[in-house]
Amino acid sequence: MQVDEATVRRIARLARIKITDAEAKSLEGELSGILDWVKQLDEVDTANVEPMTRVVPIELKQRADKVTDGEIADQVTANAPMTEDHFFVVPKVVE
Amino acid sequence: MQAKAKATKTSNLIPGATGDWEVVIGMEVHAQVASQSKLFSGSSTAFGAEPNSHVSLVDAAMPGMLPVINSECIAQAVRTGLGLKAAVNLRSVFDRKNYFYPDLPQGYQISQYKQPIVGEGEIEIDVDGEAMRVGIERLHLEQDAGKSIHDQHPDYSYVDLNRSGVALMEIVSKPDLRSSKQAQAYVTKLRTILRYLGTCDGDMEKGNLRADVNVSVRKPGDGLGTRCEIKNVNSIRFIGQAVEVEARRQIDILEDGGKIDQETRLFDPGKGETRSMRSKEEAHDYRYFPDPDLLPLEMTQQYVDDLKQHLPELPDEKRARFMKDYGLTAYDAGVLIAERERADFFEAVAKGRDGKTAANWVINELLGRLNKDGHDIGDSPLSAKQLGGLVDLIATNVISGKIAKDLFEILWTDGGDPAEIVDARGMKQVTDTGAIEKAIDEIIAANPDKVEQAKAKPSMLGWFVGQVMKSSGGKANPAAVNEILKKKLGIA
Repeated sequence: MQVDEATVRRIARLARIKITDAEAKSLEGELSGILDWVKQLDEVDTANVEPMTRVVPIELKQRADKVTDGEIADQVTANAPMTEDHFFVVPKVVE
Repeated sequence: MQAKAKATKTSNLIPGATGDWEVVIGMEVHAQVASQSKLFSGSSTAFGAEPNSHVSLVDAAMPGMLPVINSECIAQAVRTGLGLKAAVNLRSVFDRKNYFYPDLPQGYQISQYKQPIVGEGEIEIDVDGEAMRVGIERLHLEQDAGKSIHDQHPDYSYVDLNRSGVALMEIVSKPDLRSSKQAQAYVTKLRTILRYLGTCDGDMEKGNLRADVNVSVRKPGDGLGTRCEIKNVNSIRFIGQAVEVEARRQIDILEDGGKIDQETRLFDPGKGETRSMRSKEEAHDYRYFPDPDLLPLEMTQQYVDDLKQHLPELPDEKRARFMKDYGLTAYDAGVLIAERERADFFEAVAKGRDGKTAANWVINELLGRLNKDGHDIGDSPLSAKQLGGLVDLIATNVISGKIAKDLFEILWTDGGDPAEIVDARGMKQVTDTGAIEKAIDEIIAANPDKVEQAKAKPSMLGWFVGQVMKSSGGKANPAAVNEILKKKLGIA
């Protein structure tokens, strides 16, 4: 499967990853190669096979509705480049 | 989805320069699940906390943190599905909806896309005395995002993640609604059902229930037009206004030969207009995929049946029962069931008494007074026991309906036991015919001219009744007064 440069740029933009022209060029080839490699799976006939979500019989783990966490605003905001009164402060996102 | 539409009543059509238009509305309601803790973390859902205090490392999306689902949120979604007479899917899947915004630290929202927990259902609504069914497309569970505040600083936005990860139910209707009134009735009814179920408190002011309204217009009989989505409308009144102005805007564009762009819009209640949210120019591409951190959600039919068994009586059932058991009109029953607390209050008053009298006092006197004084039924100065006592005193002819209103006032302002107040203040109705006759004789003797007039004009009786009531301080039994007066005045 051939991935063109426009697609590479679009994916990069959706993922908020900045790429240079040279990187875009090389990613075209890399992504195409990865997709071709995965495409080999198409050789297997899965028409009547349920999608597999786990290899051992385990169920979705649930917890009781109790407040057991939080109240750690200092820790939560510790790595933020900018904070004020425990708010995260970010570049303005509306005009 | 449903290109073939139900016929719209002509009264719902909107006149335009080129003829009548039909508006088609579908709703996506986001209802915050009533729970103590968040959907995938143990932090609190309480409203109004300090910034980022109800936030765990899961909610802040720190690397390596894993979501663990809150079982109560699952139960609440199932209860809601059952309350909407919907199909509950025993297997559902959580997906990642990918997008970037500062109040979404994960970079994706955990939601349900192709396999939601609840499928198709329906709600019955009542508009201008006419019942109609509105289809429910689906209900799915998802995480709420945090909150961005833009007006604190000229160059920066402030982000609070307290809401981040709180469980929401997105309830999607079919495009069955055809007027702003129907849209309002739909959200009102949905909110009532959620409150009865206890699965969402329905508080629109706190944003615990908010609606995205999809509006399109067409000529009656045509296929669906291009729709615009009006985001986050947060009151029933605004929903009505938003539909009206958006339908008019679209009609004007189409009649001028233009076309509608499918887009997301905001309703500005101050200006009474909707406007485009052009900030997200690039077409949405959420790249949904199953969340690898979460296994599919699987339930047994037994689990669903158990929840169904413990479902409370729902508004429609309650209304039918009130009409059947208490002989109420559909309108009165509708007023009483609109809130669960109100219905409970009424039932406490009506139990073992005449239902119609009880309904009359609750609706006309109590609700009227509560409304006037800005109270809720929850903080009513008058208890159901007191109002019941008052109804008893009327039923046993101890007080007249007129005195009962005075008694109501006393109970409202001073409180106390109705029977004791009536005793202590001498408010008992005079049913002793001897005493009433004596009062009547005095009035007749004093007003010979009026007696003559009354013989020719029986409507003069009212004047005499008034005089007798006045002389008894309103305590004479009106029925007895009427009867004796008619006899004495010789009026048939």
